[in-house]
Amino acid sequence: MEKRVVFRSAWLPYALVAPQIAITIVFFFWPAAQAVWYSFQLQDAFGLKTQFVGLQNFTNLFRDGNYLASFQVTAVFSVLVAFFGLAISLLLATMADRVLRGALAYKTLLIWPYAVAPAIAGVLWAFLFAPSIGIVTYLLRGFGVDWNWIINENQALALVVIASVWKQISYNFLFFLAGLQSIPRSLIEAAAIDGAGPTRRFWTVIFPLLSPTTFFLLVVNIVYAFFDTFGVIDATTQGGPGQATQILVYKVYHDGVKAADLGGSSAQSVILMFIVIALTVAQFRFIERRVQY
Amino acid sequence: MKFTKLAAALAAAMLCAPQAQAQTEIQWWHSMGGALGEALNGLANQFNQSQKEYKVVTTFKGTYPESMTAAIAAFRAGSAPHILQVFEVGTATMMAAKGAIVPVATVMSGAKEPFDPKAYLPTVTGYYSDVKGNMLSFPFNSSTVMFYINHDAFKKAGLEPKAPKTWKELVAAAEKLKAAGQQCVYTTSWPSWMHIENFSAWHNVPIGTKQNGMAGFDTQFSINSPLHVRHVAMLSDMSKKGLFTYAGRTNQGDAKFSSGECAMFSGSAGAQAGIKKAAKFDWSINFIPYHDDVKGAPQNSIIGGASLWVMGGKKPAEYKGVAKFMAFLSKPEIQMQWHTSTGYVPITQASYDLTRKSGFYDKNPGADMPVKQLTNKAPTANSKGLRFGNFVQGRTVIEEELEAAFSGKKDAKTALDDAVRRGNEILRQFEAANK
Repeated sequence: MEKRVVFRSAWLPYALVAPQIAITIVFFFWPAAQAVWYSFQLQDAFGLKTQFVGLQNFTNLFRDGNYLASFQVTAVFSVLVAFFGLAISLLLATMADRVLRGALAYKTLLIWPYAVAPAIAGVLWAFLFAPSIGIVTYLLRGFGVDWNWIINENQALALVVIASVWKQISYNFLFFLAGLQSIPRSLIEAAAIDGAGPTRRFWTVIFPLLSPTTFFLLVVNIVYAFFDTFGVIDATTQGGPGQATQILVYKVYHDGVKAADLGGSSAQSVILMFIVIALTVAQFRFIERRVQY
Repeated sequence: MKFTKLAAALAAAMLCAPQAQAQTEIQWWHSMGGALGEALNGLANQFNQSQKEYKVVTTFKGTYPESMTAAIAAFRAGSAPHILQVFEVGTATMMAAKGAIVPVATVMSGAKEPFDPKAYLPTVTGYYSDVKGNMLSFPFNSSTVMFYINHDAFKKAGLEPKAPKTWKELVAAAEKLKAAGQQCVYTTSWPSWMHIENFSAWHNVPIGTKQNGMAGFDTQFSINSPLHVRHVAMLSDMSKKGLFTYAGRTNQGDAKFSSGECAMFSGSAGAQAGIKKAAKFDWSINFIPYHDDVKGAPQNSIIGGASLWVMGGKKPAEYKGVAKFMAFLSKPEIQMQWHTSTGYVPITQASYDLTRKSGFYDKNPGADMPVKQLTNKAPTANSKGLRFGNFVQGRTVIEEELEAAFSGKKDAKTALDDAVRRGNEILRQFEAANK
């Protein structure tokens, strides 16, 4: 039962993976190495004067209480985005899985938002929820809710979470649906014959069998919340009010691109890089054990 | 095949030759979108048609921070434009970049073009000159912060349609407006520019040590003075009572006023054009309010907007073209054209006089209020401008802390103390990077 293909040539396998490795080095390792290099430097905006400052950029960051607060915002934000993103799409996928008529149209509509760029998604939601002209604001006012995320921190966070979740639901939905469809019907039928109701069937049969998909999506969603949501934030709250929605990656962008502070911004991205590496390792070490493939 | 292509190219080259050979191109990167961009292109076209030697090529590079970032990246790659429009907040960063920029005074004297810094309004010259009085960048589009009121809303609340002169009067009017059912009473655009930077100048108190940073990089913020704390506390209190609606960090307040949602508003003089277009009510433009118990207030307000920086490392012939273009831009009639078509402030005395004589202000009442406010008194060390390193970050810090105060998360004193502490760290970082 030897299934592996063994190359006879010594160089061919390397030649075949070379393009992939080249791309990884040029677009991933090289910029990452540069970020690490810049993070030890203090530069003026134009790069005319460069000083090597060792770990000073890092010590500055960790002395800054506001930077530490940004960790907390990122944690809350990521957990909310990942949880709601997964929960809502799982619910939608379970329902779509049972739809008999018009299933294709239903699925297509659910997948649509994925084609929208994060910045557009942000602007869209910002318009809907705009403090003075938004439709949702108008409706909320009817219910007696004073909606002004420009100054209300919790509302601002809610807005960016909603926009980010909405953007990611399609992706999650697609994977959940595929996962659901690969579960053998016989198992579910057997459980039904044994007298398990729909809820019980879901939690004892379907959900455990979906765990590889759920785990994969959890990793993807956490990474999404950490990095890709920056477009949503830039288009809506820009980190405010105060620093209520300033997640780590947005501060990297603000300090590096807008404020031309390359050293500080690089130090932040190095820290961010380590966090994501640590998170991914932790997820694979501890959560994957409980996944049943 | 090859031959015909070559022939065609030759023919084309010959046709264009008289121009292509002689013309030196001057690249100008700017941030003027929409109608402002058209006005700017109009200036470049006029210059290009007025002579044959040089051609100014304009490129829109996005918002102010975006075009500055683009220019910095281009400079690092060795392909910076000749002229770059930089917003006032970036002045210190540009100034510190010796080698990346050439002072305008040097460019002009090198090309033997006449250039008199004294022709400009003192508030403008002060903002863009070094301590020795050398003009570093060429003042281009300047505005200041103004105070607007909705006359219809005032009348509806039983108030005389006259702008409150002091903050005390403003609060009194705000309470009446609120009682009359006005949903948004007062709002502001550019909170730091209005309520910290111009507020300080208007009351003749320092924003930072070392003449607001003009006299050296070793400056520190001083925006947690009792007067600042009192002002921010007043705004926070107004916010709590629903008399002040916070609109955001940039010009979001403009739309809140022009739509009629808010009855009073402080924002850029440049907001006039938009209000004129959108407002379906009677309104007026006025001086910003002051606290009447502060000695010497009101002083004068400070400018915002942008100036033109000449980038380094170009050929002498190109600098000559840049100088010619700037001499062209300094002409009173060109300045007047820019001022009247955009709403920016006339920045030379001559263009102000010329505009007045033309009868423009009689036809457009209020259009001269900004320049009157800028020249209300001779500027002091506290009111000629400001120059803080990395002020893009600095302003963000100030705005974050203002938001914390307005939302009631921090009291005014704590918020401003934190703004000073965090702001000073940024200043020290800038000082270290530019030693």
